[in-house]
Amino acid sequence: METSTLTPEEQFQARIDADVRIEPKDWMPDAYRKTLIRQISQHAHSEIVGMLPEGNWITRAPSLKRKSILLAKVQDEAGHGLYLYSAAETLGASRDQMLADLHSGKAKYSSIFNYPTLSWADMGCVGWLVDGAAILNQVPLCRTSYGPYARAMVRVCKEESFHQRQGFEVMQTLCEGSAAQKEMAQESLNRWWWPTLMMFGPKDADSPNTEQSMKWRIKRFTNDELRQKFVDMMVPQAEFLGLTVPDEKVQWNEERQAYDFGEVNWDEFWAVVKGNGLCNHDRLQARVQAHEEGAWVREAALAHAAKRAARAAVAA
Amino acid sequence: MNQQEWPLWEVFIRSKQGLDHKHVGSLHAADAVMAVQNARDVYTRRLEGVSIWVVESKHIHASNPDEAAEFFDPAADKVYRHPTFYDVPDSIKHM
Repeated sequence: METSTLTPEEQFQARIDADVRIEPKDWMPDAYRKTLIRQISQHAHSEIVGMLPEGNWITRAPSLKRKSILLAKVQDEAGHGLYLYSAAETLGASRDQMLADLHSGKAKYSSIFNYPTLSWADMGCVGWLVDGAAILNQVPLCRTSYGPYARAMVRVCKEESFHQRQGFEVMQTLCEGSAAQKEMAQESLNRWWWPTLMMFGPKDADSPNTEQSMKWRIKRFTNDELRQKFVDMMVPQAEFLGLTVPDEKVQWNEERQAYDFGEVNWDEFWAVVKGNGLCNHDRLQARVQAHEEGAWVREAALAHAAKRAARAAVAA
Repeated sequence: MNQQEWPLWEVFIRSKQGLDHKHVGSLHAADAVMAVQNARDVYTRRLEGVSIWVVESKHIHASNPDEAAEFFDPAADKVYRHPTFYDVPDSIKHM
């Protein structure tokens, strides 16, 4: 066969180029495996930590309907984390190690969750803007080159659309309400707009991993391409709501058929990534505390399973 | 940390009566009962299933992808197993 003269790396790249999905037991370069474990586990951590800012509002949701919706959404985030941890485990990563890396601060999660949720309108912005940005990132990942990651993302994307719509509905309800409610919506948008733009990551010029990830078809669009898409999608939605995006430079560019917009504050972005955001400390502490306080449950479940197995063995 | 990780299980779901169970993913659980309950919570929150199978991952035996070419080779040159191999005259109906 012709391919036998190619190195394993070349054969691997040829499969990627032909859009053949890579499955867990297939040969893959170590760097591909490492990149995926880092990206998928970071994605899983983001889902799990992402439960915290919303969990904050479950007991204070303004109606039983909103409370039920928020509970279902937070439960979905836990599910998304589990799909993703499972995908990472197919690459040989252990669940315990991934959690240990999150808790020690070695592993990252999306910086957006290091911002506080101060008002009920923030539940609207988290769904509408943050999940809206997440969807733009995640839809192309449904075609990512690693099979288990792509399959997990298909499930995630199906569920994410509900998240965004319920967030938009929260915003719409506030915007059609009293002056004070509309003001609350605007104030929330003012705080969330820029951090949401940061979710797409550093500028392409400052994103050294992008080129390799595109070549391996882990990523299908660059950070700047997705950020532009997001702005183009969201500015008209904000206008529909009667809200103003907090960026004076936002303007339709007829020539580019896209919105121009201002520069993200990259100093703030890097500060939050490095652990100096408003909530970095609280988020990690809440995670570690939940994990430690759940230790006895995990141990008891194992002891119970062992006891049941022993009884079944005696009965047999 | 001397705590033991819960075993890993593979989850298969029948989406409706008449269809086969299909692999949907995996999860950790202390035993089979918990694995079925967790599978319900993780993989069927929107009525995606009417039946769940769980199998501890260590019990799955698989073909080796590195030998896939040789392993599946016997079927590669038997085009006569496919109906399209045969030329049927245009005037012949119902075949």
